Amino acid sequence: MSDTPLADLTPITAPDVAPLPAGEPLLSVRDLSVSFQTDDGLVKAVDSATFDIMPNQTMGIVGESGSGKTVTSMAILGLLPKSARITGDIVFRGQSLRDLSEKELETVRGKRIAMIFQDALAALNPVHRIGRQIGEAIKVHDDSASKDELRRRAIELLDIVGIPNPTDRVDQYPHEYSGGMRQRAMIAMSIANDPELLIADEPTTALDVTIQAQVLEVIERIQDRTRSAIMLITHDLGVVAGVADRVTVMYAGRQVEVGDVDQIFYEPRHAYTAGLLASLPRLDRRADKHERLHRISGQPPSLIKLPPGCAFGPRCPFADGVCHTERPELVVVGPDHRSACFHADRVADGWRDQ
Amino acid sequence: MTTPAIEEVRAEEGVFEPVARSQWQLFRRRFFRHRGAIISMVVLILLAILCFGAGFIAPYANNQQDLLLGPVSPNAHHWLGTDELGRDQLTRLLYAGQLSLKIGFAVAIISTIVGTMIGAVAGYFGRAADQLLMRLTDLFLLVPAIAILALALEKFGHTDTVIILFLSLLFWMYVARIVRGDVLQLKEKEFIEAARASGASWLRIVVRHIIPNIIGPIMVNVTLGVATAIITESTLSFLGFGVQPPQTSWGNMLSDAEGYVGTSKSYLLYAPGIMILITVLCVNFIGDGLRDAFDPQSEKH
Repeated sequence: MSDTPLADLTPITAPDVAPLPAGEPLLSVRDLSVSFQTDDGLVKAVDSATFDIMPNQTMGIVGESGSGKTVTSMAILGLLPKSARITGDIVFRGQSLRDLSEKELETVRGKRIAMIFQDALAALNPVHRIGRQIGEAIKVHDDSASKDELRRRAIELLDIVGIPNPTDRVDQYPHEYSGGMRQRAMIAMSIANDPELLIADEPTTALDVTIQAQVLEVIERIQDRTRSAIMLITHDLGVVAGVADRVTVMYAGRQVEVGDVDQIFYEPRHAYTAGLLASLPRLDRRADKHERLHRISGQPPSLIKLPPGCAFGPRCPFADGVCHTERPELVVVGPDHRSACFHADRVADGWRDQ
Repeated sequence: MTTPAIEEVRAEEGVFEPVARSQWQLFRRRFFRHRGAIISMVVLILLAILCFGAGFIAPYANNQQDLLLGPVSPNAHHWLGTDELGRDQLTRLLYAGQLSLKIGFAVAIISTIVGTMIGAVAGYFGRAADQLLMRLTDLFLLVPAIAILALALEKFGHTDTVIILFLSLLFWMYVARIVRGDVLQLKEKEFIEAARASGASWLRIVVRHIIPNIIGPIMVNVTLGVATAIITESTLSFLGFGVQPPQTSWGNMLSDAEGYVGTSKSYLLYAPGIMILITVLCVNFIGDGLRDAFDPQSEKH
């Protein structure tokens, strides 16, 4: 299966979409905050997230579980439960998505902005054949296609994502697919309408490493074809380093750093980012065999009761007085590079000395 | 049924590969393994053919009387005997079956459709819609069905259409409750969220994604509904509120034979009684088979 060559991809452009003016972001998230009222108190799942995604760009959103990555993506699609309190703005092609009615949002979802889910088995309907599900994704937005036409397109899409024997596989059920193939089928569904933005929520987390690489390759090739932008949510720094153009690092619902992928990996300006990078096993550094991997001490804070000042303060080796009393804002620390750290310079110095 | 043979052949050739089976194939296999359900299905289909083919099969014309003959016990000319108007019991039984079966299946299907829609809306939207619809369901469950039916039929006439409509009106609640519960559980699944993320409207999600996943309990409920509807119609007819002569249903025949309990003519009671019994039993067995067939966990190796 791994040897199946991917279908030859010719770039296409969606005919009904006007190109964006140069320098105009495709998606612009401004001061987005999402909170949920629970019995224990107000949970601030996302706190003032601000970032842009340009056309054809891949934005990696990195953070550990509960840092607000998925909630951010759900907010973009307007899929949060009614109990969520949302402030701030989400602008897609100059249009605020928060102003749209549910009916109008339905024309955006799956058509302009599509989503790839983490657990493909759970995200595929167990009682429908794969081909029918892909056809359904098309039919939602275009009711004119005939049954044969839908089937033909489903086969074509399965071929694009590298499913072997798509003509046979199209008539199978999700439980007859392997894990990697299910994820490919999910991807085929999500690109069925040539969306401009693809939100991939941990697309490789449930897969083993070799399959991960294949799926990422598919995503990259898809991007070449559809020219779509990708918002890649993951906790895997390796995935981000391989695929993303820009990276947003989140911690406890707050955005702590945003910059180009090289800036984030080579010149981190936030103590949390630096800690994450330091915890990666490195093949290029000789370590004696008793040396342990670096770890960030402590636990992530409860989202109900965040520490005053910097949320990362209690775990941060650089923290001093001001970190525990005042909340750091995202400030520019370099070209297109922002960090919410009072000690961005010390972090940078420390990183260089390593 | 041929699949095991194919597997064996492949195993002999040393190229054993599991045969991909569709949901439908698995369903059929499990259903056909349930012997009671298969026999019941055959019996029920036979019964339906006999009843609806009564015009060709019945030995006498419908409602043909022979007043001089009067009630006679079963004999070579009248296999099930005749009633006090000299009508052939077998003929009546077949024509009565038309009505009983029609009412049974129509009520089951209509009430299931209504109940499924109400339950799905309540479960999918939750909150106020759920509260409203479920309280309405509770209200209908509290209604004394027989009394209301009797009154309604007196008012709107004793035609089969009215009977079907009002029986349906009083039988949707059970399906609604079951469907609501299943939808509540199902709507939290990730594939429902994926459908929403693909831009599907609520109606599309309910019809295309949720209902196909709960078709099992719904179908089982249809069979139970058939049995309940036939019995309720019989009760109504027995009490004299159901179909009126010259139309006949099995319940109606029972009611006619009421006066012969304990006499030598009690055979008039047995025939319609046994027909009701057979139909209800068959339908229940089929429901049992369907339940097993729809439940993948029931697969025994």
